[in-house]
Amino acid sequence: MKTTRVLAASLMALGLSLTAAKAADGHSPNPPRENWSFAGVFGKFDKAQLQRGFQVYREVCANCHSMTLVRFRNLAEPGGPGFTAAQVKALAAEYKVSELNDNGEQVERPARPADAWPSPFPNEKAAAAANGGKAPPDFSVLAKARTYERGFPLFVVDAMPFVGYSEQGVDYIHALLNGYEDPPAGTEVPAGANYNKYYDGHLIAMAKPLSDGQVTYAKGENGEPVVPETVDQYSRDVSAFMAWAAEPHLEARKALGFRVILFLIVLSGLLYYVKKKVWADVGGEVHGLQPELHKAG
Amino acid sequence: MSAHGTAYVPKSGLAKWFESRLPLVGLVHSSFVSFPVPRNLNYFWTFGAILIMMLGVQIATGIWLAMHYDPSANAAFNSVEHIMRDVNYGWLLRYMHANGASMFFVAVYIHIFRGLYYGSYKAPREVLYILGVIIYLLMMATAFLGYTLPWGQMSYWGATVITNILAAIPIVGDTIQSLLWGGYSVGSPTLNRFFSLHYLLPFMIVGVVVLHVWALHVTGQNNPTGIPIKSGKDVVAFTPYATIKDVFAAAVFMIFFAYWIFYQPNYLGHADNYVPANPGVTPKHIVPEWYFLPFYAILRAVPDKLGGVILMFGAVLILAFAPWLDTSRVRSSNYRPIYRQFFWLFVIVCIILGWLGAKPPEGGYVIASQICTAYYFAHFLLVMPLVGLFETPNRLPGSILESVTGPGKQVDSGSGMPVGAAAAPPSKG
Ligand code: HEC
Ligand code: HEM
Repeated sequence: MKTTRVLAASLMALGLSLTAAKAADGHSPNPPRENWSFAGVFGKFDKAQLQRGFQVYREVCANCHSMTLVRFRNLAEPGGPGFTAAQVKALAAEYKVSELNDNGEQVERPARPADAWPSPFPNEKAAAAANGGKAPPDFSVLAKARTYERGFPLFVVDAMPFVGYSEQGVDYIHALLNGYEDPPAGTEVPAGANYNKYYDGHLIAMAKPLSDGQVTYAKGENGEPVVPETVDQYSRDVSAFMAWAAEPHLEARKALGFRVILFLIVLSGLLYYVKKKVWADVGGEVHGLQPELHKAG
Repeated sequence: MSAHGTAYVPKSGLAKWFESRLPLVGLVHSSFVSFPVPRNLNYFWTFGAILIMMLGVQIATGIWLAMHYDPSANAAFNSVEHIMRDVNYGWLLRYMHANGASMFFVAVYIHIFRGLYYGSYKAPREVLYILGVIIYLLMMATAFLGYTLPWGQMSYWGATVITNILAAIPIVGDTIQSLLWGGYSVGSPTLNRFFSLHYLLPFMIVGVVVLHVWALHVTGQNNPTGIPIKSGKDVVAFTPYATIKDVFAAAVFMIFFAYWIFYQPNYLGHADNYVPANPGVTPKHIVPEWYFLPFYAILRAVPDKLGGVILMFGAVLILAFAPWLDTSRVRSSNYRPIYRQFFWLFVIVCIILGWLGAKPPEGGYVIASQICTAYYFAHFLLVMPLVGLFETPNRLPGSILESVTGPGKQVDSGSGMPVGAAAAPPSKG
């Protein structure tokens, strides 16, 4: 079917132009591409990793970064870190939230699973004031709110099945957390700023948040650590956790997508044969875009 | 309505009663069942049906989203995230709607270029074609309005850039701008207005689509040879022939659509739109959605704001004049050896313009945009009139049937139309 090939080619061409939107310049190096369990067509989160990532968030990042769209109950929902309902209830009870009581007074009560994750600062101004004038961004969708440009022709490859790539934001966060280094000679780093290789413009208000051994992970059955307690491991775990926070239904999406697409392929195949059968009594192959054929006539 | 093919004959008493008062079933029957369709249509002709499907998808998912969406500057961003997180299958609805808009444009661009290649805009289909250009304009307005609704950084700054552009229109520009803003800058009143209009325009599109199909009913479809239907042997009945082909093509298109929804749902969007709108922080690059990029490149090709606006709108409006700019007697580029090459050059220039629209407006990109913009207009203003005058077209087949079976051969099965049908297919032009 020549027509189909032409059709496919034009779709490809369109795909080319449509992804051109991604182009932009940047002086920072591209973050290295990591392997994530949740990448690809069959991707799934690694529950143990999400639990460790949550621990890093809770013990370190949550001192500065809010995560207002995530509720305690989400931590026990399918496709997430896989805590039990009882664990989440106990966890929530460790936090206080304030609400109005029947007398109109602001009172504190222990949080419940339905409550949103409590923010470290009462508002954005307070958050900025406590952090040298820059408010730490909310974590809820941050992993989707950052990306980097791969340029032509990689951005075309990135859109394709099986070789595709949609974890740019997660890779960026992982790289950022490992990107603190001494500034190159001659670079002036003002007070309150920190030099980071991957941050756009290099001067970031966040001081290096992680160091080796800072968070103590639960030990394995033999009493040995399951994963190393290093900045690289912490940053991997917390980045994966942030990917889940930004896209809590990722597993359901990919699983449903597989079934939907399989169904559509079978349906299209059947429809193709029905079409062939219906057209069989008309005779004649249908041609498009084939001037040679007509010229010969 | 004229009686193409086998006319609908109401059978039951109720059907007769109704048909003699409002011949609605007969109208649908004559447009989608017995309507004679050229037998040589290729798959490029299935995109009309795909577009109707996509319009349906956008309206259905949009109405559902609107049940959970909150169009105020403080709540819009979080209400979209509420849809993504807490509404059952909300993520599916939202990703269908956001990617559906892109797929709608993929389909409409294939549909438009199909028409340009096969000369479908030429007499007697000018009105049909211009109605199509109007649909395209309404789609662009709808998609632009929709993109502001999630109220992320790109939503906010995109709305700011475009409303500022409109202010450059002489005399009425400022009024249009303040009407859209509802204040002194883009803000909550703007978002409310945009939501209202975003809900309205798709239904206006439905109205124009009805006119578009009506005009099609009158003139009949063009076909890859561009020659008119001459006898019943040139056609098949819409149902089952075109119906099954359209349904098959729509199913294949759904696979393509589903891939984006489930595996690359954010690829066609901008990461910046997951940052809540912030009037105090301008994004480094304000870039529209991919389907606007060629026009964005044209807008920025000239240093003058008003000039850019004129060129940008001109680039869309000039499409409407194609029927009179093209001087060729022959419709289909299949038989136009010279124009065919210009056609593909035009396609390539449009793609390059799209790429340039995503680049910052500086240095070589601006010069390239200027060259491509000039060529874009030259295609309509020079190539179309001149090539038509000087080109010698290839010999056309004697009939649509001949183009399918080869000259002189007869098919035993004959026409796919029911016996006695299609005696007088439309043969204008
Ligand atoms: C002491 C407070 C503090 C802690 C603890 C902290 N951050 Fe930050 N973070 C900030 C501030 C302030 C910014 C804003 C930086 C800027 O805009 O220059 C920021 C920004 C970020 C950004 C966005 C960078 C960008 O591209 O804009 C990421 C990602 C991030 N932090 C991740 C983390 C992670 C992961 C942790 C926990 C391991 C963490 N932060 C712990 C204060 C903190
Ligand atoms: C011509 C058909 C339509 C097109 C091309 C279109 C396009 C768009 C686009 C591009 C967006 C932004 C998507 C995003 O990035 O989140 C959007 C959002 C939205 N649209 Fe539409 N739309 C159409 C019809 C409708 C209809 C009929 C409704 C019904 C009211 C609707 C309701 C909404 C709502 C509530 C949103 C905000 C939610 C969101 O951002 O996901 N749309 N639309």
